[in-house]
Amino acid sequence: MGKLMDSNRKIQVTTQFVSATPSNTPAKTQKNHSNKMIKSTRICHEIAELSILDKALINRLQHGLPVCERPFTQIADELNSTEKQVIQHLQELKNSRVLSRFGPMFDAVYLGGAFTLAALSVPEEDFDKVCQQVNSFEQIAHNYRRTHSFNMWFVIATEEIEEISSVISAIEEKTGLKVLNTPKLKEFYVGVYLPV
Amino acid sequence: MSDNITFPKKPILTALERQYILLTQNGLPITEKPYHHIAEQMNISVEEVLSLTNEMLSRGVIRRIAAVPNHYKLGYQYNGMTVWDIDDEQAEKFGYAVGRLPFVSHCYLRPRHLPHWNYNLFAMVHGKTPQAIAKYRGQIKELLKEVLLSRNHDSSQQIITQSNDMLTSTEILKKTGLRLQQ
Repeated sequence: MGKLMDSNRKIQVTTQFVSATPSNTPAKTQKNHSNKMIKSTRICHEIAELSILDKALINRLQHGLPVCERPFTQIADELNSTEKQVIQHLQELKNSRVLSRFGPMFDAVYLGGAFTLAALSVPEEDFDKVCQQVNSFEQIAHNYRRTHSFNMWFVIATEEIEEISSVISAIEEKTGLKVLNTPKLKEFYVGVYLPV
Repeated sequence: MSDNITFPKKPILTALERQYILLTQNGLPITEKPYHHIAEQMNISVEEVLSLTNEMLSRGVIRRIAAVPNHYKLGYQYNGMTVWDIDDEQAEKFGYAVGRLPFVSHCYLRPRHLPHWNYNLFAMVHGKTPQAIAKYRGQIKELLKEVLLSRNHDSSQQIITQSNDMLTSTEILKKTGLRLQQ
């Protein structure tokens, strides 16, 4: 659960979900394995059954909760429901983890850290080893396998800006691979909206 | 590849804003009066909490107060990181235009690292089928057609880079959440 970086740090990295690379994957020895096969063995998903109110709530509340004393009465009015119903359904959606979060979304920069998106081009036969090496750095917040010769993409999160380049150097030393560093230069849009 | 990159300066929070973040970063209570809950814990009035919330929203400390669904549970099983090599001069105008497309969740300008990486615009798309994300990529391509570059960075070998690509994720290797610590 909570993985403290060290007691003086301002940001804490909380592990929510780590899918360990399966050691029995046949993909390791196959050079031209299809994406479909990887997908079926790796990312598991169960699509939730949702009521009409659930769907309306998910769509409406991705746009934002009103800032007022009784925000759910306003939501209920908009959706032709009641405050009680809205709260009950919302709690259920949260409990069943259809909603992974409900509340203020803070710009991560204000949490006091520095971030960058980086990538490695990892030889397929070394992928599991390099994955462990990279993930062993506590500053790695997210890491995804992607379909490209740059096949490993991760976010490095540090407390201080200066620490980013030392983490990159340490990853390069540990893996023997050159890191592609692509920090954001400009943000044009951030806002996930997934209609149901 | 990681040289000459500058980062924005670290923004400063007031003591109240810090306290607000600490109290709400794990979520807002789903009750009749969620902001009252914060007011009680901060020992200030609910009016002060509401104005603090509005202030943090307008400054961009809070992006939104919203529900974040689990992609997979809603059936959004496919995501594509679309990447584009576009004219730097036009990047700002077209970056905002791509960001306005309803199916784009994140859109950023990032540095190129020639010859290994020629893409400077990144846009994430999410869909329920591989066809859906391929269609979104096509729509972005249509929007960017005037500013897409095709470069020949090694004339001796006639290597022409692609003007765009889409990297789909096939495995989550690590996923953590960031928290402000007391």
